[in-house]
Amino acid sequence: MNDNNGLKQTFGNVIGSQKFIAVLALIAIYIFFAISSEAFRSTDTLVSIFDASYYIGFLAIGVTFVIITGGIDLSIGTVMMCSAIIGGVFYQMGLPMWLVLIAIISIGGLFGLVNGVLVARFKLPSFIATLGTMMIAQGLGSIVSNVQSVTFPLRGTEDGFYKNIFRLENNFPIGIIVLGLFAVLAAIVLNKTKIGRYIFSIGSNREATRLSGVNVNQWETIAYVISGIFAGIAGIAYAATYTTILPGEGAGFELDAIAGVVIGGTSLSGGIGTIFGTVIGVFIMSVLKVGLPYIDLQPHYQLFITGIVLIIAVYFDVRRRKKL
Amino acid sequence: MERETILEMKDISKSFGVVKALKEVKLELAKGEVHALMGENGAGKSTLVKVLTGIHRKDSGQVIYDGKEVEYKTPKESQDAGISVVHQELNMMNHLTVAQNIFIGRESVKAKVFTDDRAINAKTIELFKMFNMDVNPREKVGNLTVGKQQMVEIIKAVSMDAKVVIFDEPTASLTEKEIDELFKIIEDLRSKGIAIVYISHRMDEIFKITDKITIMRDGEYIGQVNTNETTKDELINMMVGRVVYEDPKQEAEVDENAEVVLSVKNLRSPHVKDVSFDLRKGEILGFSGLMGAGRTEVARLIFGADPKESGEIYINGEKASISKPQDAVDNGIGYLSEDRKQFGIVTGMSVADNVVQPSLKNYVKNLIIDDKRIHEVSEKYVGDLKVKTSSTRQLLRNLSGGNQQKVVIAKWLEHNSDILIFDEPTRGIDVGAKSEIYSLMNELAKEGKSIIMISSELTEILRMSDRIVVMCEGRKVKELPIEEATQEKILHYATARIGGDTLE
Repeated sequence: MNDNNGLKQTFGNVIGSQKFIAVLALIAIYIFFAISSEAFRSTDTLVSIFDASYYIGFLAIGVTFVIITGGIDLSIGTVMMCSAIIGGVFYQMGLPMWLVLIAIISIGGLFGLVNGVLVARFKLPSFIATLGTMMIAQGLGSIVSNVQSVTFPLRGTEDGFYKNIFRLENNFPIGIIVLGLFAVLAAIVLNKTKIGRYIFSIGSNREATRLSGVNVNQWETIAYVISGIFAGIAGIAYAATYTTILPGEGAGFELDAIAGVVIGGTSLSGGIGTIFGTVIGVFIMSVLKVGLPYIDLQPHYQLFITGIVLIIAVYFDVRRRKKL
Repeated sequence: MERETILEMKDISKSFGVVKALKEVKLELAKGEVHALMGENGAGKSTLVKVLTGIHRKDSGQVIYDGKEVEYKTPKESQDAGISVVHQELNMMNHLTVAQNIFIGRESVKAKVFTDDRAINAKTIELFKMFNMDVNPREKVGNLTVGKQQMVEIIKAVSMDAKVVIFDEPTASLTEKEIDELFKIIEDLRSKGIAIVYISHRMDEIFKITDKITIMRDGEYIGQVNTNETTKDELINMMVGRVVYEDPKQEAEVDENAEVVLSVKNLRSPHVKDVSFDLRKGEILGFSGLMGAGRTEVARLIFGADPKESGEIYINGEKASISKPQDAVDNGIGYLSEDRKQFGIVTGMSVADNVVQPSLKNYVKNLIIDDKRIHEVSEKYVGDLKVKTSSTRQLLRNLSGGNQQKVVIAKWLEHNSDILIFDEPTRGIDVGAKSEIYSLMNELAKEGKSIIMISSELTEILRMSDRIVVMCEGRKVKELPIEEATQEKILHYATARIGGDTLE
C-alpha cells in the first residue's frame, strides 16, 4: 500500500519537478537549433557545446553543494582562474606537470577552506565572504603572475598529456565522460554519504541540525571546500581547453555556473537540489551559448536570453517553495 | 520504592549581559519520575534546559548527572550522555524524510561511507509500531501536519536511548488523540526508569501525568511540590505570586438583537467547507475546535489572506468584496495572527512604528513622516493598554509576548478597526499578562468592537465568549450560546466526524 503511494508520489514529483522541465527544455532548445540551422547539426558543434560545458560544469557541480546548504559561493570563477594561473607559474618555474595539476586543485580547495571558515566559523554572510575572496583570488592571480599571461604546455609536447583528459588525439571529446564521472561521484557524495545528508539538513534547518548534535560548522565548511576543489578542477579544464590564461579574468563565470545550478532546480534558499539538474542546467546554458550564433544572434543576445531563462527558472523555484 | 537521583542541578546562575536569566536555580530529578517544570514565560525554564544540554554555558553552579559532575559544551555531548530534548519550537528539517530526521546525526552507514536509508526506514517503522504512529518513513517531513511533525520529534528524542528526556511544551500543537498517545509514551518511559522533565502551562496535563513539580519565577527557584499534595491555585500562586481565577462566563453580555456587523455566508476553500455565521456588535464570538479544524483558515479567508472558492461576506449589511488583506483592512477588519513573530509585528522596529503601520498614511505630511506625532499617539496607547516598555522607541523584540500582543491590538485600534479577529490571543503569553489581555478584550467589546476569538484552550473559550462556534474538519458543526456551553459539549462536537457518530 505504502509502496504504491510512494510510486505514485515519485511519478508525480518527477513530472512536476524542475529537473524534468529542465530536461524537456534542453531537448526543445537543441531541436530548435537543429531545425533552424543545418550547420548546428554537425558533430563539431556538439564538441564545442561539450567544450563550453567543462569548466562551467565543474564550477556548477561544486557550487551546488554550497547552494544546498543555503549559502552562495561567488568566488569560484576567479578562484578557478587564480589556481590555474598560479599552476602555470609553478610550471614555468619547472615543477613537473602532474604536481602542477595537484597544486591547482589544492589551491582551489584552500580557497574553499577559507570561505568555509569565514562562513561557518566566523558567521560572515556567505555572499559577502565569498565576494571578498572573489576579489582576493582575482588580485592574487595577477600578483603571482606579475600581470603576465601564462601558457600551459601544448598538445604533443611531453607535458601536454593533461589535454587528453578532455579531448583525445583523435578529437574524441572524452571530457564529457570525465565530467560525467565527476557528476556521478558528486551525486553519490550528495545522496549517499553523511556529507550530503548533513549538507541537505543544514540547508533545510541549520539550527535544528545543530540541536540534533551534528557538528554543523564542520559540514558546512566541507561544502565550501568541495566547491573550491571543483573550482580547481575547472581551472585544469579551462587550461586544457584554452592553453593560455590571462591575469585578471574569471569574474562572471561564477554567475554562469550559479545560473546553471538554479536552472537545474536547486533552490537558492537551501535544502533542495540535484547534481543531475545542475548538469542539465549547464548544458542549457552552453547550447544557448553555442547555438545562438548559428541563428545569427550575436553573443549579447545570449546574455539577454540567458537572463530570461534564469528568471523563469527562479520563478519556478519560488512557486515550488510556496507549495511546501 | 526508593528514589534514586539521576540528575541534580545546584545553584545554577546564568546572565546574558546585564540580564540575570537564572539566579541560583536548582532542580533534582529521580529515575522513573515525571517532573514538571512550571513558571510563567520568561521564568527561565528554557534557559535552564539549555544550560543542561550545552546550548548555553552556566556562569556558576553544579550539574551532577549519574553521580558525576558534568558540563556539556555542545548539544551533541549531552545527547551522547543520554539527555535528549523535545524542543518547544519545531526543529525539523522539512526537506528531509521522516526517517532521515529521526536519525540525523546517527545515520546507519554501509561500508563506512554510504548512508543506508533502507536501514533507518526499517528502524523507523519499528519505532512507529511501538508508538502507534502510521506515517511513511520516506515522506518528507514538510508534508506532514504540525501535530504529526511534533510526534516525529518526540519519537526522535525518545529513540535516543536517553536516561533523561525533556519535553518543552510538547502538546501545543497536538490533537487530543495525539496527546493521549504522548501520555502513553511517557508512561512507558517512566516504567523503564527514565526520568522525564515536563514543561507545560496546561494544568490538567500537569496533574494527569507528573509526580513532582518544580516552580520557577523570574529566574529563581520558588519551590518543589508533590503533584498529589498540591492544587491548581497553589501552583498559580507560586508561579505568579497572586491568584488568578479562570471562571467561565455565565451569560452572554451582548443583546440577542444587537445589529449584525459581519455576516459570512457559505464560505468555501480547500480547507473550509461551507461555513456561515453572523457576528454582532459588541460580541465576542469564540471559535473552538481541534488543531486543523479550519478555524485559522476561516479567519484568513475573511481577511483575504487566502483565496476563497466561493462564499460571501457582508459588512454592516453590505456585500464586501475582499480579495486581499488590504481590502479587509479598508473594511475595518483587523487580524491578530496566532504567529505574532511571523505575521503580526515587525520585531526590529520600534513600538511606535508598529502601532502606526497600517495607518501610516495619516502621519505623512508633504511626503515626510511626522515622527513626533507618531510617538505622541503611540504614547497614548502605551498608557491606555498598559504596555510595559521603556519608551515608544523601544524595539518590539525587547518586549515580552503579552506586551507585543498589546502593541498589535493598539495597531488595529489606531486604524479604527471595528471587527477584530484574535487568533490564539494568549498563546505564548504568561499567566499574569493573560488576564490583562482578557480584560482588554472585554473592554473593547463593551466599547462596541466586535471580536472573533479563535482559541484552542477551552477554559479561554468559556471564559471569554458570548457565543461559540465549534468547527471540525473544515465544517461548522455547532453554534452554542454560552449559557449552554460546557467543556464536554464543545469537545463532543469538536470531535464529531462525518460518517462517524451522528451528531445529536
